[in-house]
Amino acid sequence: MFNQRALAVWLRNFWVWRKLAVPSVLGNIVEPMLYLLGLGYGLGSLLPNVAGFPYIHFLAAGIVCQSTMNSATFEALYSAFSRLHVQRTWEAIMHAPVSLDEILMGEWLWAASKSLLSGCAILLVLVVWGITSPLHALAVVPAILLTGLCFAGMGLVITSVSPNYDFFMYYFTLVIGPMLFVSGVFYPVTQLPVWLQWFSQLLPLTHAISLIRPLVLGESLTLAWLHILVLLLYGGIGFQLSRKLARKRLLS
Amino acid sequence: MAVLKVEHLCKQYASELVVNQLSLTIPAGICFGLLGPNGAGKTTTLKLCLGLITPDSGSIELMGMPVPDAGPKVRLRVGVVPQFDNLDPDFSVAENLIIFGRYFGIKPDVVRANVPELLAFAGLEGKEKSRIRELSGGMRRRLTLARALVNDPDVIFLDEPTTGLDPQARHLIWERLRQLVAKGKTLILTTHFMDEAERLCNCLAIMDHGKIIAEDSPKRLIENLIEPVVVEVFGDGLDDWLATVATGTGCRIERAGETIFCYGQDATAVLQSMVTFPGLKSVVRQANLEDVFIKITGRELRD
Repeated sequence: MFNQRALAVWLRNFWVWRKLAVPSVLGNIVEPMLYLLGLGYGLGSLLPNVAGFPYIHFLAAGIVCQSTMNSATFEALYSAFSRLHVQRTWEAIMHAPVSLDEILMGEWLWAASKSLLSGCAILLVLVVWGITSPLHALAVVPAILLTGLCFAGMGLVITSVSPNYDFFMYYFTLVIGPMLFVSGVFYPVTQLPVWLQWFSQLLPLTHAISLIRPLVLGESLTLAWLHILVLLLYGGIGFQLSRKLARKRLLS
Repeated sequence: MAVLKVEHLCKQYASELVVNQLSLTIPAGICFGLLGPNGAGKTTTLKLCLGLITPDSGSIELMGMPVPDAGPKVRLRVGVVPQFDNLDPDFSVAENLIIFGRYFGIKPDVVRANVPELLAFAGLEGKEKSRIRELSGGMRRRLTLARALVNDPDVIFLDEPTTGLDPQARHLIWERLRQLVAKGKTLILTTHFMDEAERLCNCLAIMDHGKIIAEDSPKRLIENLIEPVVVEVFGDGLDDWLATVATGTGCRIERAGETIFCYGQDATAVLQSMVTFPGLKSVVRQANLEDVFIKITGRELRD
């Protein structure tokens, strides 16, 4: 599936992105920066150190993860759905010798690539800000890509079954939104009741943060293999499931 | 040599057999038309032949390759003009062709060099940089045709290529399609326009309820399946005329609303029977493909 034709699908999306690259990257930076400034300074001034770091440093890694998740999710949901349903771009591509699997592979990698761009843009700001070092930031890059693949794979499942744009609200309200508040973006998971901490360990965002926060802050990683495994599983199973569902939707 | 060979093809959705034991053989270098009312299974048949959906049973061979088992590579030498516009709105006219070439593995420079020729063929000279949104329906359809030629295909599938176009645009498309056949390409198109089928196609298959119910050249379909002369009768006194003398004319008589169609060997008997009904009017004409179509698919409305 990962071949020239999947790459052609990836390239198509890249070419569209390139036309709007500047506003797109600015948009990717501005919103997370507002979170970071507003919450980091506003809330941070009320808080002592969090987990041994100034609050704004603690929050920064969370914002990198949240932003990567959002970027991959929006691309795999709204943008991919436009190409599948509204613009019939997938249909056109399938008239060429490209299979549905190859289209999905191209879309999966593209959504992950776009979230990688988002995550790296914020990372760059954090380096300039002095919150993390260039060397630490470099170590974060593969973890961002992995996070992107995870949420892009999950997003494609929703896209493959969605009848319209409104359907995505269920995913945001029931999955993405709650996950944001129990995965340790804004405060350590250890602040939650024990049962919620256990639940939190089942969520991919928790593992993305467990991987990325120590890397950003220059701390040592614990159970890195577990976090990587969970992200790979969510992304991989999501992608495989989206193949099955998209096949049912388009090829039967 | 047969470009497309279909045997006993079946495809069922829910409880409806959309394609029912369909068999077809299409030789190279002709324009083949699938003619049928809405919902006859034309589009499904095309999609099955392209390997875009999986048949329930039967076999398909496109240019010697088994479909869908051979996978997407059967479409390397195929062009497709779909029923609904799916040009890429995020790109300009020229970019649409270049991007589409990429899906075939054709390098952008190669397509770029061919863009002027492709656009000239589609009557879109100088439109390289136009946005898709700026194009009229006819221009979009022509661009879709140009896009289908990016890989210089041997076979081109066209699903209702002129639906929704004005007469000028339709004539231009017909003219281009004839040029393609003259160049030796095989065209396989669906349509429900009789004039399109009659003018363009060397061979026609009339399809209904998932089956082919007649197959021949347009001329022979008319010769063999319908009486040569049609008299259309309408006006005041139609009911009286129908009840009293019409059946005595020896013609096959059909009613559609306020018009009665009399099919026969000549018009004399019908015209004579009308003499005593001064309120009636009539049109005498030769039978055409539409008469054949209505005769074998019926007059009731389709959705």
